[in-house]
Amino acid sequence: MSFIEVKQISKTFRVAKKKSGLKESIKSFFKREFIDVKAVEDISFSIDRGEIVGYIGPNGAGKSTTIKILSGILIPDSGECKIDSMTPWKDRVKYVKKIGVVFGQRSQLWWDIPAEDTFDLLKDIYEIPEEEYQATKEDLIRRLNLQDIINIPVRQLSLGQRMRCEIAASLLHNPELLFLDEPTIGLDAVSKQVVRDFIKQLNREKQTTVILTSHDMNDITSLAKRIILIGKGHVLYDGSLKKLQNHYETEKYVSIKTNDKLNIRNKGILKKTKTKEGYDLTIDTRILSISQVLNIISKKIHIEDIEIDHESIDNIIVKLYEDYKI
Amino acid sequence: MKAYFTYFKLKFISSLQYRTAAWAGIATQFFFGFVYIMVYIAFYESGGENLPMSLSQVVTYLWLNQALLALVNQFSRDQELFKLIREGGISYELARPKNLYFMWYFKVIGQRLASVLLRFIPLVIVTSLLPYPFHFGGPASFSHFVLFFVSLGFGTLLVTALTVFYPIITLVTMNEKGIVNLVMTLADILSGIVVPIPFFPKFLQVISRVLPFQYISDLPFRLYVGNISVQDGVFGICIQAIWIVIFILLGNILMKRSLKRVVVQGG
Repeated sequence: MSFIEVKQISKTFRVAKKKSGLKESIKSFFKREFIDVKAVEDISFSIDRGEIVGYIGPNGAGKSTTIKILSGILIPDSGECKIDSMTPWKDRVKYVKKIGVVFGQRSQLWWDIPAEDTFDLLKDIYEIPEEEYQATKEDLIRRLNLQDIINIPVRQLSLGQRMRCEIAASLLHNPELLFLDEPTIGLDAVSKQVVRDFIKQLNREKQTTVILTSHDMNDITSLAKRIILIGKGHVLYDGSLKKLQNHYETEKYVSIKTNDKLNIRNKGILKKTKTKEGYDLTIDTRILSISQVLNIISKKIHIEDIEIDHESIDNIIVKLYEDYKI
Repeated sequence: MKAYFTYFKLKFISSLQYRTAAWAGIATQFFFGFVYIMVYIAFYESGGENLPMSLSQVVTYLWLNQALLALVNQFSRDQELFKLIREGGISYELARPKNLYFMWYFKVIGQRLASVLLRFIPLVIVTSLLPYPFHFGGPASFSHFVLFFVSLGFGTLLVTALTVFYPIITLVTMNEKGIVNLVMTLADILSGIVVPIPFFPKFLQVISRVLPFQYISDLPFRLYVGNISVQDGVFGICIQAIWIVIFILLGNILMKRSLKRVVVQGG
């Protein structure tokens, strides 16, 4: 049995239907209509210990709802979930001791006081032994580079500094399982890198299982080997990221720097545009391989410089969403 | 248990961050104290009959009221908890390995104790130096003083059990205004914070006797000034204890039911 077993989880929210406008608002004041929104439906998957899984999907797909069910916060309408042979929402108090959660859009740190004071509170909440706490804290401070910011009231920290403290706060009790719900939202490139490197290291050294949601596909590509794609509440794809990339990465981009005029016609060349310094070509690699392209071109013109680019992961995801109509 | 104490400590540290707010709070309490007292002085000088308390008892009651307002009133609810619910921070609360009811209970107590500790001492020192009729008097007797302390402690537990209800209800209603505000205002009036209970009309006194609210602050304050006998005081403390147990039990049940329906706002 896997570390995490999720079976046919469904959750429906009842939402008050409200049309805009004064008249409709008054109407709905007296008689409210509700619609049922299926946040997740029939979700099943299993995850092994030590895996990093990227949980992706467009806004409103049900990512956060799943994370909240798995972390014991929400109770699903139906379905089963066993994590380390506990049901999150039934054994909540016992279960949450073993997990860490980071919600990128929220804060667990006390706003008016330094992060270290919140850490001390968490130590008492999780009943972490003093020695273990000091060791873990020192370690996190070093790895996340918190020395200079841990004693400043949280309200005075920048978003990136705060997020590093948030992540540290979620790991003080050495959880076996870590949920990261958009941990890099709003961070600059450097801070994102720090966070990613840290998570990678954590997974490697402590075998921490990580479930990660993010809209920044670079987070997913640099961390997760496996992704679960969810859309409109259903699991649409569960498998390796590489396979998905190969499947969708059928186009490559070639930029050529040249002074010569290029006349080329081929079914494999989807698009040719003239630029200041030469040409940009879009190539369908199912028809024409890169080496073939180079062969053809180098015979015709003198190439000063060449750059080959592949489809960005973001475009792949856009295509994926289009294909699944989500 | 230690975690709950740390909550209090953090609340205290947090409220110390805003010194100006603390001083403003003290000034407000002085201002309202004087206004209330002058109303009663005018009332007593105009020669009311069959007054239930002496003027100096009323003045001491009113100063206690002001000095301990942050501890015993219903209205200074903990904004933090409502904000958690409104904006979805409840997620983190539920991800903690603790009983949520008691976590909130101690947060509220921490908040109350923290803000009262900052105001209580300066108010008591200054007002006990004031001349008659504004003078803050001593306790009626030693045993009254002891009972005052016990019943004030119980009153704090009781008012906390009551105020924790509001965020629990908000878990379902998603908005703390409306009914909660109405209940809070009524509760404040019936607890004697606006007018001491002995000045209530007879029928209202009877009503408030069967309600929990007068056991929050009216009981300890009247014990302090000696308006209640030691015997009645001990009896009152027993009733306090019963209410505390009832409300904590009810709160836990309600919390369990609310959590089943909890919705995390804001994605």
